[in-house]
Amino acid sequence: MVNTIVDLNGLKLKNPILTASGTFGYGTEYSDFVDLEKLGGFIVKGTTINHKEGNPYPRMAETASGMLNAVGLQNKGVNYFKSKIYPEIENLDTNIIVNVSGSSIEDYIACSEIVNDLSHIPAIELNISCPNVKEGGMAFGTSAKAAFDVVSQVRKAYGKHLMVKLSPNVTDITEIAKAAEDAGADSVSLVNTFMGMAIDINTQKPLLSTITGGLSGPCIKPIALRMVWQVAKAVNIPVVGLGGIMNAADAIEFMLAGASAIQVGTANFIDPDITIKILDGIHEYMKEHNIDDINDIVGII
Amino acid sequence: MKSIVDFTVKSNKELNSSTILLIVESKEELPRILPGQFVNVKIDNNSVLLRRPISIHDVDYKNRQISLYIKVLGKGTASLKELEAGDIVNILLPLGNSFDISLGKKPLLIGGGCGVAPLLYLAKVLFEDHNIKPTVLIGARSEEDILQVNEYKKYADLLISTEDGSLGEKGYPTNHTVWDNPEFDCIYCCGPEIMMKAIASKAKEINVPCEVSLENTMACGIGACLCCVQDTDKGHQCVCTDGPVFNINVLKW
Repeated sequence: MVNTIVDLNGLKLKNPILTASGTFGYGTEYSDFVDLEKLGGFIVKGTTINHKEGNPYPRMAETASGMLNAVGLQNKGVNYFKSKIYPEIENLDTNIIVNVSGSSIEDYIACSEIVNDLSHIPAIELNISCPNVKEGGMAFGTSAKAAFDVVSQVRKAYGKHLMVKLSPNVTDITEIAKAAEDAGADSVSLVNTFMGMAIDINTQKPLLSTITGGLSGPCIKPIALRMVWQVAKAVNIPVVGLGGIMNAADAIEFMLAGASAIQVGTANFIDPDITIKILDGIHEYMKEHNIDDINDIVGII
Repeated sequence: MKSIVDFTVKSNKELNSSTILLIVESKEELPRILPGQFVNVKIDNNSVLLRRPISIHDVDYKNRQISLYIKVLGKGTASLKELEAGDIVNILLPLGNSFDISLGKKPLLIGGGCGVAPLLYLAKVLFEDHNIKPTVLIGARSEEDILQVNEYKKYADLLISTEDGSLGEKGYPTNHTVWDNPEFDCIYCCGPEIMMKAIASKAKEINVPCEVSLENTMACGIGACLCCVQDTDKGHQCVCTDGPVFNINVLKW
């Protein structure tokens, strides 16, 4: 019997597979394709204290081996999540993590406090890295001081596992990771999307209503992998790796680079059941390489 | 329930230089498919990442086949044009809502360009399941773009308009004489947005209920990515799950 259980600083996952916020809805969108209880957990759509309509259409453009999005945290607000969504999913035997975002420290705190009261939500992922909102979001994740401030304030308000999602749009991601650790984060997840853009040369207009958006998909994987490797060397808290994971081999690369768990994002859009295929692939890899415990491969590079 | 199915290509026919009719067959029984629903097709080409949403042109439950009427526009659809009989194509289906059959008793179906695609299955369902013979108005640039005529005629009275007048009446579907003394009591429309907006305003003028099928750019097709949103009286709604069919009264056009 092989072990796939990973322990993220007290947050136990039955396997290292999570889904990236914004790519998996509230889980229920995928229940026709995936037995949600087979996952280590899933991270629900970015949630804010108040309802957000998000950015105008068009919000998406496919690029070479990737896609740009500018959704802009469209969601109905944390109270809607609490009253309408949470009752539908709370009894699932997996880790449901809420991605919390805000445009001010007060918003982050207020949203985290409400999620703190939900007994079947064992963790939040603090989103200080959304590139698609005018206020807040990435602004908190691109300076070590701002990251420290928001994480330490939320730390006081939130008693359970605090994962902090980092932006790759910085000069040195290890500085931000260390600031999050110093401020009391239990883990860090990286990377959020890379800020990018695309232009239609016939209309001579940008393809996104917001001009710039966040780039995801297989094109970002080598950079994401490098950043995970750097951060895993720089901090003592667990690292959750994401960025262009399309298959089990990609997931294993992230773990070898230092990720204790991984998140699958854009790949869910192409193969809604990809998380289960990746889980099966990890089992096959462990068998082939005589690995009894998945934790044994974490960070061996 | 939505599922991911490996279909086998039965035939792939070029209807004109830029349009194909792709017929695919499933080993298993087809799920129930409503008129207006669509599929999301995986593209077997490394330079294409996302699936391509394609409306369902026809359904043959007996032979477990669906027909896809596809305008070849970019890399994704160009790859679909290369498919040959026997090839496997991975399809996510059935997706989206459907046309509201109870909108009226004398429907006018208006398709512009490739927007005619979902109207064949709608006409078939109206004719075979609801005992209604609809009128179908197809508008296109020219005679060579008016396709599948005999298929539509099986279930509907067919009207045609072409921009160059090479077939049917000359002009746009909005100029057709069918509007002169309207005998229809509801409209289902699919085509370029500019045409649908023009049809929508004509429908409002004469106070006839109207539904349109939208094709906003999408990634997942299942309501997760929130990329394909349309501005409605309920705010941003997903074309993939709240649509693709919308009553014009809810759209902020």
